[in-house]
Amino acid sequence: MTLLEVEKLRVAFRTRGLRAKPVEVLHGVSLEVAAGETLGLVGESGSGKTTIGRAVLGLVKPSGGSIRFDQREISGLSRRERRTLAPDIQVVFQDPYSSLNPAMTIGEILSEPLVVQGTVAKGARARVRALLDQVGLPSDASERLPREFSGGQRQRVAIARALALEPKLIVCDEPVSALDLSTQARVLDLFIDIQRRTGVSYLFVSHDLTVVRHISHRVAVLYQGDLVETGPAPDVTSTPSHPYTQRLLLAAPVADPALQRRRRERRARLRTSTAV
Amino acid sequence: MLLYILRRLGAGAVLTVLVTLITFLLLSTSLDDVAATILGQSATPETIAALMADRGWDRPVAVQYAEWLVGAVQGDFGQSVYNALPVGPTVLQRLGVTLSLIVPALLITVLISVLLGVWAASRGGVADRLAQVISLIGNILPALLLAIGLVVVLAVQLSWLPATGYTAPADDVLAWMRSITMPVIVLVIGGVASMAAQVRGRMIDELRRDYVRTRRTRGASTSSIVFKHALRNAGSPALTVMSLEFIQMFGGALIIEQVFALPGYGSYAFNASMQGDVPVIMGVTVWAVLLVTAVNLATDIANGLLNPKARVH
Amino acid sequence: MSTDRDHGSTTAEAASTGAVAAGHAVPRMPMWQRVLRDPQAVITLGTLIVIMLLGALAPFITPYGPNQTDLHAVNAPAGTPGYPLGADESGRDILTRLLHSINTATVSALIGAATALVVGATAGLVGGYFGTRTRAVTEWMFNLVMTFPGVLLLIVLMPVTGGDYRWTMLIFGVLLSPGIYRIVRNLVVGVKNELYVDAARVSGLTDLRILGRHVFFVVRGPIIIATAFMAGSAISVQSGLAFLGVGSREIPSFGAMISSGFRNLYIAPTQFLWPSLLLGLITTSLVLLGNALRDVVEGSKPAPAKVGAGQRAEVVADAEDAAAGTPALLDIHDLAISYPDPAGKQREVVRGLSLRIERGQTVGLVGESGSGKTQTAFATLGVLPDEAVITRGSIRFEGRELIGLTDAQLRPLRGKAIAYVPQEPMSNLDPSYQVGTQLVEDVRWALGLDGPEAKRRVLALLERCGITDPERTFRAYPHEISGGMAQRVLVAGAVASRPKLLIADEPTTALDVTVQAEILDLLRDLQAELGMAILLVTHNFGVVADICDHVAVMQAGRIVEVGEVARLFAEPRHEYTRMLLGSILDEKTVRADPPLVASEEGIRP
Repeated sequence: MTLLEVEKLRVAFRTRGLRAKPVEVLHGVSLEVAAGETLGLVGESGSGKTTIGRAVLGLVKPSGGSIRFDQREISGLSRRERRTLAPDIQVVFQDPYSSLNPAMTIGEILSEPLVVQGTVAKGARARVRALLDQVGLPSDASERLPREFSGGQRQRVAIARALALEPKLIVCDEPVSALDLSTQARVLDLFIDIQRRTGVSYLFVSHDLTVVRHISHRVAVLYQGDLVETGPAPDVTSTPSHPYTQRLLLAAPVADPALQRRRRERRARLRTSTAV
Repeated sequence: MLLYILRRLGAGAVLTVLVTLITFLLLSTSLDDVAATILGQSATPETIAALMADRGWDRPVAVQYAEWLVGAVQGDFGQSVYNALPVGPTVLQRLGVTLSLIVPALLITVLISVLLGVWAASRGGVADRLAQVISLIGNILPALLLAIGLVVVLAVQLSWLPATGYTAPADDVLAWMRSITMPVIVLVIGGVASMAAQVRGRMIDELRRDYVRTRRTRGASTSSIVFKHALRNAGSPALTVMSLEFIQMFGGALIIEQVFALPGYGSYAFNASMQGDVPVIMGVTVWAVLLVTAVNLATDIANGLLNPKARVH
Repeated sequence: MSTDRDHGSTTAEAASTGAVAAGHAVPRMPMWQRVLRDPQAVITLGTLIVIMLLGALAPFITPYGPNQTDLHAVNAPAGTPGYPLGADESGRDILTRLLHSINTATVSALIGAATALVVGATAGLVGGYFGTRTRAVTEWMFNLVMTFPGVLLLIVLMPVTGGDYRWTMLIFGVLLSPGIYRIVRNLVVGVKNELYVDAARVSGLTDLRILGRHVFFVVRGPIIIATAFMAGSAISVQSGLAFLGVGSREIPSFGAMISSGFRNLYIAPTQFLWPSLLLGLITTSLVLLGNALRDVVEGSKPAPAKVGAGQRAEVVADAEDAAAGTPALLDIHDLAISYPDPAGKQREVVRGLSLRIERGQTVGLVGESGSGKTQTAFATLGVLPDEAVITRGSIRFEGRELIGLTDAQLRPLRGKAIAYVPQEPMSNLDPSYQVGTQLVEDVRWALGLDGPEAKRRVLALLERCGITDPERTFRAYPHEISGGMAQRVLVAGAVASRPKLLIADEPTTALDVTVQAEILDLLRDLQAELGMAILLVTHNFGVVADICDHVAVMQAGRIVEVGEVARLFAEPRHEYTRMLLGSILDEKTVRADPPLVASEEGIRP
């Protein structure tokens, strides 16, 4: 069953200056996310991958196309209507430092969405404890401030906040890119674990094919505002058909000196063949 | 570039019309008081009405303003309602007095502030503490108290300088310098207090930037880092502070002119305002707006030269 | 439980790039409590409260009214019975008038500051939070107000206000409001771009709630500080105007009193002194209070240090040469670097690190954030931030001790034998100069070339570093080129002198993978061509596998394992290395389990 359906999405940003033409960063992108599924969205800087996520979240206004969630058009909603979607669509951002208000305790951060949706204080406290448990943080964490935690722990808090309202879809915008290697793997496992337990869908945005391969069922590759390739994760991330995806795959260095040397040679051949 | 300047000048003209119009509208409500003041003892409702009619002050405000504007565009700003002196030449002469005060004060302020700010930011320690104390003193003391203090000490107690009065530089340069020494000191102390702190803060920020570290690893000398790179990047915000400082000095010169009995722009405006001398007030307003527009334009152009990102194409 | 690396050590890492979050250093305590612990704030606040109380209680302190004259007391000297501070030219008691002047000053400060606050903060919140168009309009208006010569405007409008100081202060408040507007607008724009505000929106918070909960919190501290300063300038301006004779003569004020005393200077020289002293005391207290509040709210600002003094070291370098034979190119021995933590105690971030690099080697220094790898690189280059102290150890380059040298002493090496490529290409170029100008500066120092010859050399370097249109890049400003191109420019500058050692600190981390591969290719080619050694700081084992021949693994300020790349990847000896290598996401594994499908009965595969 399709949960999220993005069709011919266009987004243009106004640039500085009164008469300057808007710059279009997405030129009509279509994709779907099924219930319980992870769609990995890969691309480099300027590809528009983050903008897709922000458009789905209602943080960016599309200039064309449609976004349907649960068969309902959500791209042109007013701020008031948009708020009713809060229990359904949530987010985990890249930067675990700026995504948590440094002045609020973890408990306040986690109960904020609950209180807004009308949960009473007592119920909220119990729910916060359950959430902390779910993401593997001690329950005394709720009294502490974000700065008392490491990057990985903060990202767990951000995941807990996203889970608070039991959403159907979480937009994950590079959620492990700012984390250390050892933390990265554990946080990814947490994402997978939560999905298995709750059936939540992820729109998982990343620049890193390896990360996307790890967590996605299907993968979409974005290049300069256009979708160049979509398909099952094993196919797209291991034997890509589009030259751009091939280049992307070969450019990422692997942690194996011998293998990396071969990969480098293949990349050099690809470059000379496409250069002609 | 030329187009940009023309556009800015056009905007300045619109602004001048707008500001003078508002001023005129506000002032026109008090014209009958002015008439009463002129008449003095003989003011009765009848004589006031007669005078108003005689001067044309009973006509619609729009007509009066249009008349003034037409004159102003041709350089005729009318004359004082009290002593019939022409406004245009008097304003310029008074402006000259004030500028002969402010321009030296600003130059000295900038010189001291940049030296002090750069010195404090690039040496640290004692130099820095000294700069901070100087800023603090300047911030704490209102200009009025400083001015009075100087008069009491330098003029009354020590009799080193004339307490009041002004000599034009054309008449006697030395006497001019003596007459503006105390006012300039007051302006400079206040100016340095705010500007040196700004330069210091900006320089500290710049010196901690990544490109400074990279320049150091490339073997750049200390003076190249401080003056060629950091100061240049700190310069463009400091320039904005400088133009604001100039405008502030211009506005604040009034109190100083009054303490030292200098026949400047501020005291001209002040006396006219006390008496409700509408043509003079209008003339003063026009030139203030023009001056401000010119200073802002000059600042933006200079900013563009310093900062490539702010450059106009 | 996760075993995430201790978060404290990240502070030093962040401090090194000057990006400590504002909240870090401030201990957790309500703001008013912190204010009450600051002696300067308490003393000045106390002084102001006492003065205000004296003003409010004036009718109970003195038997006179502020305008009550007594012809017998004209110009009575201080100490006259019934007139402790004397009487003025009209025979009014100076003490009485002083006390009543306090009230005028208080009202002026309140009206001026409150107007500025209401106008500035409201416009700042609206202009900062809502769209760019709203902001453009408010911006234009406040710029206009700001560039108007304030006191002059007050004077021009005198016929309208009738000189009443309350109206005057209201207008003055409007003139002060751009200051508040700027502060609030900047803070709000900053907060608005914070991801936690986006997260709050996604959570369904209303704009009003976001403003109240997230934005107001950030804005209130700076507003309180600004209020103290604005109150001071309102009082100064009111005094100045009253000195000039603006407004009713019935209103007692410091300015009017100073003016009267000033006129009487030759008859009664102390008359102007009393109001001047009290006015000075009030403005001084307000400014010092503002400064104290700023220190409390914003924490201590970075203090400047002497430029060119070199990094701080507590070790006395021994001049004795390293062991016999040819010394290594770079020999770091038992290096320790410490930073002050928020409480002011020294914390070691590098704890006895030893590392040797031979000529022509490419050594990867790998570790997680906070392990001290960047600090090690900076220490070698001699560019540690001012807070850092080298507490022990030695760094020898070709046998020569580098620790303890000033910038001037290091210059012969810098940009010649030792070169540096930074992590973030954009911020490492001076934004005010063309790329070419900066490179010419490098070439001039490194090779002693000048004029057209230097330019030719720079163009050749740019071309060698893979820039397709060197002439155009030469003339470009840093903001006009892409990140990848900027990194090529930085590499070009670094290799201009054919250095013996290139220190590259995460040179590809800020770049896209495809650009990363190109930069690594460039570095590899240059290394082969110039025979230089490279110390490559990175967190990415893929990068190490691609370019390094040796690798050193860092953990918490120490090197736990060093070895040849092939060996270390194949058979890591240290447990930490094994853990790190084990955490690398496998090339082979893909997600295998199918999506769950939610249905009425719950979740099933």
